[in-house]
Amino acid sequence: MMLATLAVMASDPVVYHTYYDPLVPVTALPWLLYTILKMIIVFTVLMVGVAMLTLAERKISAWIQDRIGPNRTGYGGLLQPAADGLKNIMKEETYPDAAYMPLFILAPMLSFIPSLITFAVIPFAAPFSSRWGLVEMSVADVPIGFLYILAISSLGVYGIVLAGWSSNNKYSLLGGLRSSAQMISYEISMGMAAVSVLLLSGNVSLQAIVHQQQTMGWNVFPLLIGFFIFCVASFAETNRLPFDMPEAESELIAGYHTEYSAMKFSMFFIAEYSNMVTASALMVTLFFGGWDIPGTQWDNIPPWTLLKFLLTLGFFFTKLLFFLFLYMWIRWTLPRFRYDQLMSLGWKFMLPLALAYIVITGGAILVLDMLQVPRSVQWFGISPFWAVLGVLNLVLAVLVFVILDRGRIISPAYSRLSPLHIARLRAMSAARPFAASQGD
Amino acid sequence: MNTLLYTFHFYLFGLISIASAVAFVTRKSPVAAALWLVNTMFCLSALYVMLDAQFIGAVQVLVYAGAIMVVFLFVVMLLNLGQASDVTDMRGLGGRLTAGLVGLAMLAELFALSRIKFPRLTGAMGDHANVVNPISAPLFHEYLLPFEVTSVVLLVAVVGAVVLAKRGPGAS
Repeated sequence: MMLATLAVMASDPVVYHTYYDPLVPVTALPWLLYTILKMIIVFTVLMVGVAMLTLAERKISAWIQDRIGPNRTGYGGLLQPAADGLKNIMKEETYPDAAYMPLFILAPMLSFIPSLITFAVIPFAAPFSSRWGLVEMSVADVPIGFLYILAISSLGVYGIVLAGWSSNNKYSLLGGLRSSAQMISYEISMGMAAVSVLLLSGNVSLQAIVHQQQTMGWNVFPLLIGFFIFCVASFAETNRLPFDMPEAESELIAGYHTEYSAMKFSMFFIAEYSNMVTASALMVTLFFGGWDIPGTQWDNIPPWTLLKFLLTLGFFFTKLLFFLFLYMWIRWTLPRFRYDQLMSLGWKFMLPLALAYIVITGGAILVLDMLQVPRSVQWFGISPFWAVLGVLNLVLAVLVFVILDRGRIISPAYSRLSPLHIARLRAMSAARPFAASQGD
Repeated sequence: MNTLLYTFHFYLFGLISIASAVAFVTRKSPVAAALWLVNTMFCLSALYVMLDAQFIGAVQVLVYAGAIMVVFLFVVMLLNLGQASDVTDMRGLGGRLTAGLVGLAMLAELFALSRIKFPRLTGAMGDHANVVNPISAPLFHEYLLPFEVTSVVLLVAVVGAVVLAKRGPGAS
């Protein structure tokens, strides 16, 4: 059966033209085969991509700091990830005596698996008409798309918090607690910011969100503030600079993975990078039209040819790589936040802003729909609905950034402490004569 | 083929969730118990997805496994309750007997309920294109008042927690 199917796949498409409807999704055995194929390809691309990202990170940081970066292994350092991987496999696995062993071993896996399976629902290209019907280009086309990603990525925190706790090391524990507090805080803003996208598209399925942006224009303009919140929150969610509190080498050695070595350490690393890939893919899908090619409607309508599939795939990856580059660019541009600044930014600024933004966006969409402003493209390839929301967001953006720039919200280093706070700090240093004798 | 796969998965997730629930009650270490509970939640959400209630499945993971249990874990670790202690909740022969009797009663109830034929709901699923509408439409039209009252109750709980936490000896 399998061989016969493969033989059919390999033969000329024209011969079988009469047997399928190119717009009906594949079913039964071809569906199973295509799903397995997509799983294998996406998993491989993700893993190889993560390996290459570590190299890209080092190359880009070298470029930003005016160095050369790794260039000894392979042509221009291309085999460096392979060498690193080999090194990590060959290294000794250390098991601390005081660690709680079952969870110590489970923690890297709990961090690794959610980060890999979240990518499954992202639509990465236009569907493709095979000879058995339409193949959707996401591993699993689940109707709850975005909620699935939120649910699974909320599980990633277990890996980190358990790694920190089971290591039985105070730096690990502090790193783990910091990280889980940070991830829980920013997850809320992230979900709230994405609600504006869901309001506009009226659906949680990522395919539907991409389709809405194809007919209306990319969400980044009409939902600019939402994108800003989502982008900042996803930096915090992936524990990247300027929010890499859980690691914070200068304070916590290496945070939650201090006690980990060899491949178990590597798994945390892979999880971080594949979280980055998923977060970038999510930003592309929610705000930058997914696999949409800007400025043309050609890619949004059947027939779903191979050329269309490849071109949309290329556009998706270009956008994805831009966001991955943004992650690295920001890492070498912004310094780390202090922990209290991070928390007050998350709870006192991002969350209220996201909540207010839901109300404003919901109200604006309601008013525009009541005025019967058309959502589809009307004048000069621009949708009036899109344009009006966009202008509203530009005004809001100016307001938000003026307020943000006042330096009062995220308690900067030079802000004044309240007299109560100073009194408490003085009492603390008076109570510990050793700390006081050090001169601070 | 499909029903076979369905039955297989039903028993798989059902058995894992029951086993995890048993492990949750019997573990002595609070952290291990909390993690077994997370596993139970996860298997329950798989069962919801199999019932075509995908939204409930996602929310189950998001709210219970992703939020509430993380906070539980947090508390357990911060209060350093993580190590297993020798303190037990078993309170003598009377307690054990009562627990056994209650368990037997619940088992009998389960058997009694399994003999009742529940009416099958058909055609209520609607289309697969939008899974949020069937939940959000009744919630914001028919049951708007209970929904709002519930949110106010939750808000009261949050405000109460903050007030209680602030009323420490150090605060003025």
